[in-house]
Amino acid sequence: MASRTKSIATLFSAVMVCATGALAGGPVDEKLVIDGEMEIDTRIPAPEGHPFDEVISGWHYRTDETRDLEADSFQNPGMLYVERGEEIWNTVDGAAGKSCASCHGDGDEFLKGLGANYPKWNADAGKPFNIELQINQCREANMEAEPYKFDAADQKALTTFIKHKSIGMPMEIDLTEGDMQAWWNKGKELYYTRTGQLNLACATCHEGYNGNYIRADHLSQGNVNGFPTYRLKQSAMVSLHNRFRGCIRDTRAAFPPAFSDDLMALEVYVTWRGSGLDIETPAVRQ
Amino acid sequence: MATPKPRVKVPKKAAKGEVITIKTLISHPMESGQRKDKEGNLIPRQIINKFTCEFNGQLVFSCDMDPAVSANPYMQFSAKVNEPGTFKFTWVDDDGSVYETENKIAVE
Repeated sequence: MASRTKSIATLFSAVMVCATGALAGGPVDEKLVIDGEMEIDTRIPAPEGHPFDEVISGWHYRTDETRDLEADSFQNPGMLYVERGEEIWNTVDGAAGKSCASCHGDGDEFLKGLGANYPKWNADAGKPFNIELQINQCREANMEAEPYKFDAADQKALTTFIKHKSIGMPMEIDLTEGDMQAWWNKGKELYYTRTGQLNLACATCHEGYNGNYIRADHLSQGNVNGFPTYRLKQSAMVSLHNRFRGCIRDTRAAFPPAFSDDLMALEVYVTWRGSGLDIETPAVRQ
Repeated sequence: MATPKPRVKVPKKAAKGEVITIKTLISHPMESGQRKDKEGNLIPRQIINKFTCEFNGQLVFSCDMDPAVSANPYMQFSAKVNEPGTFKFTWVDDDGSVYETENKIAVE
């Protein structure tokens, strides 16, 4: 499989030479610099045991116009949700009369780099927690507020704000804590298991054919460093588990509930696959 | 998103006669009036239908917007600055609301 992947890649880079720019669908050779100041590492050597030689952010697979949107924080529509998330962070909710800021301050210090290290092992729950689960636990236990329903507008905005506080910092998760390794293993198994009427595994497209077209869209390596992501198609933020479910739905399989064990395992594994890529939240994608 | 919030990016100063770039963005759902809710009822149209930019009372740029314009409309245009003054930006909503913001610019 590896040699086949390489041969496709070689073939593809040959095509790139004669084709022009992003239209070819492969990763463009550009640098993501946000507002002309912040350089984002979007192409890095893969960690040990990784199926690729190079880990590439989905940013490189998008059109010139979409990439420009992300490179200008004023134009990036995702920044509206960062602002909204900051409002929520500072707004009191729940019976305990607390906001996130009551305990964590304005978040500048507390949140710096935090989002880059999730999912994290949660010993009490006995499973990995992502930002959304962590928020809900905090809301229930400390704020005595209702947990957010999956993909509630406030959940997406707050998650976007928290992740954005780690923009430009490399994504790195700790697999040595608790049973993280077991969840990674399970996630890896799911990643390579074909599913649905179309009989596709995650790897079929994102490992075997990234850089090629799927219908009118470019397949990327499927990295998650930009989530929650502003998708032009939805004109809204799209959470990682929403994207997982959408992708699995497109294989015409029954898709697991958000934050289920299956999808949490997948999140652990897929996050590891992008280890070292800088957080881009809010990324802009098609 | 809650109340639409305008955002504007104008340089703080410019040389006399310089052509500057102005960027504007307003958070707004731009509901087209074509979509239906879960019960099958039409969601009424609500968009920003007009945008204008004035400099010291003189019209610099204006446009009408129609339902095909995407959510959170972004406008970028140029203006030549011959004197110091104030840019005034106005967005007009279908429901009659007017959102305004102003930016001063100095001329060296």
